[in-house]
Amino acid sequence: MTDLPVGVKRRQFDGVSRLATRGAPVYGEPTDGEWRVWDAGRSKLGATVEAGLDTGLVGGDRVLYLGAASGTTVSHVADFAGPTYAVEFAPRPARDLVEVAERRPRLFPLLKDARRPETYAHIVESDLDAVIQDVATRDQAEVALRNQRFLARDGRLILAIKARSEDVTAAPGDVFEDVLDSLREGYEVLETVRLDPTHDSHLAVVARPR
Amino acid sequence: MTDGAARFGWFESVPPDGLEGARDVIENESTELPKDWPTRAVESDFAADESDYYDKLHDATTAAMRAAAREAGRADDQQLTHSVRAIDDAERVANEVAERAVEWGESLFEDLPAGLTGARAMADREPTSSAEERAISLARRAAGLADEADALRAHVERTAPSVAPNLAEMAGPVLAARLIALAGGLESLAKKPSGTVQVIGAEDALFAHLAGRAPSPKHGVIYTHEAVRGTRLEDRGSAARALAGKLSIAARVDHYAGDLRPSIHEDLRDRVVSIRARADDEAAGESAEGGE
Repeated sequence: MTDLPVGVKRRQFDGVSRLATRGAPVYGEPTDGEWRVWDAGRSKLGATVEAGLDTGLVGGDRVLYLGAASGTTVSHVADFAGPTYAVEFAPRPARDLVEVAERRPRLFPLLKDARRPETYAHIVESDLDAVIQDVATRDQAEVALRNQRFLARDGRLILAIKARSEDVTAAPGDVFEDVLDSLREGYEVLETVRLDPTHDSHLAVVARPR
Repeated sequence: MTDGAARFGWFESVPPDGLEGARDVIENESTELPKDWPTRAVESDFAADESDYYDKLHDATTAAMRAAAREAGRADDQQLTHSVRAIDDAERVANEVAERAVEWGESLFEDLPAGLTGARAMADREPTSSAEERAISLARRAAGLADEADALRAHVERTAPSVAPNLAEMAGPVLAARLIALAGGLESLAKKPSGTVQVIGAEDALFAHLAGRAPSPKHGVIYTHEAVRGTRLEDRGSAARALAGKLSIAARVDHYAGDLRPSIHEDLRDRVVSIRARADDEAAGESAEGGE
């Protein structure tokens, strides 16, 4: 099992060992003092860390998070990472995301389309340690390739591929292969793991720029 | 975007103590490649140090997103419901008043085209008697109300996509608004089974059917959708059922998630194509039989 990033700990909640970070509660998750549960069932990144993948995150990292939605996962990232840019396209979840960002001074929310990085490259800095991607669109590999411009040479892409966003009819295994193939145009895939059953038909991927 | 803008970070056109202008820059500027913005901001005296830069970035980005989210919140389903009902009222009353004005006008002037066209023709006249004055004034009200209906329609077309992006994309903004209004809100539309969505707006026919007096209605207001109207009569029930199914998925995505999902729109297109292919298959079958 790889080391958890600094700022992420396993703690006992009701007798069960669960991931936790320190920060203001966001979605009614159990807390213990200043620690709050990072629910792997609600967060694909949480499940990825739980599965023991080496994400390359060490704590204090500079992060671009694509597909922040209402900020459930990105709130935990901002708890242990450094400057964190959170991109979300839909105005509705953005309301919740603002609330999350309000209480985290190094979380920067952006209402942008992750497929168009040129619309936020004047805000998001270069040479980031990690791009975390959880977007429910087709062409998830294309999104990752376009956002490679933000990554440092030794940075990490941490990606949750959602098979059903690419093609609902194809077998998830085939979809994952297709996405990984496209991803290899710009990335070296380091590790993958299926997130079933906590997240059906999702594949977690860690990659670095080639 | 100019070459100049392509080299600069967001802070370069925002004064350090006036973050009010930052929203426009954050939302509308663009540049091809990211740079080490924190260092540049300190070098250009926008910020005292990196920490100060991040504080300013935090203030600017949260303020911009809060403003954008608030705007999206104002365009809620209740507003859409009022707007689409207002369209219907304005159109109905415009037509009624136009009819009355034209009927009156024909007794005062030469023959006029029926309805709103006639009312608009009257509205351009100069009255020469007190009766003409009243009749022409009435015609002008009708024309004004019809203009208001057009403006309301344009308003719905502009706001529906931010309230219900998938529904507006699939049904068109006005039909989307009408479905939301008839269902009593986006949430209740999202909770209706697709069989109900299929006959929304056909309640009279539905209850006549339930009372045993009529066949079941094939469709309600979704009749106006091209997927139904553009399909031949025998297959319209199938088309309406397929459309209603996808519309209720769209309503659920809009209510519970709010992002645009291209896949459901492609699914509907595929489905409609395969339903319409039945007509071609039958035509092919008949010509094959004829050849025997």
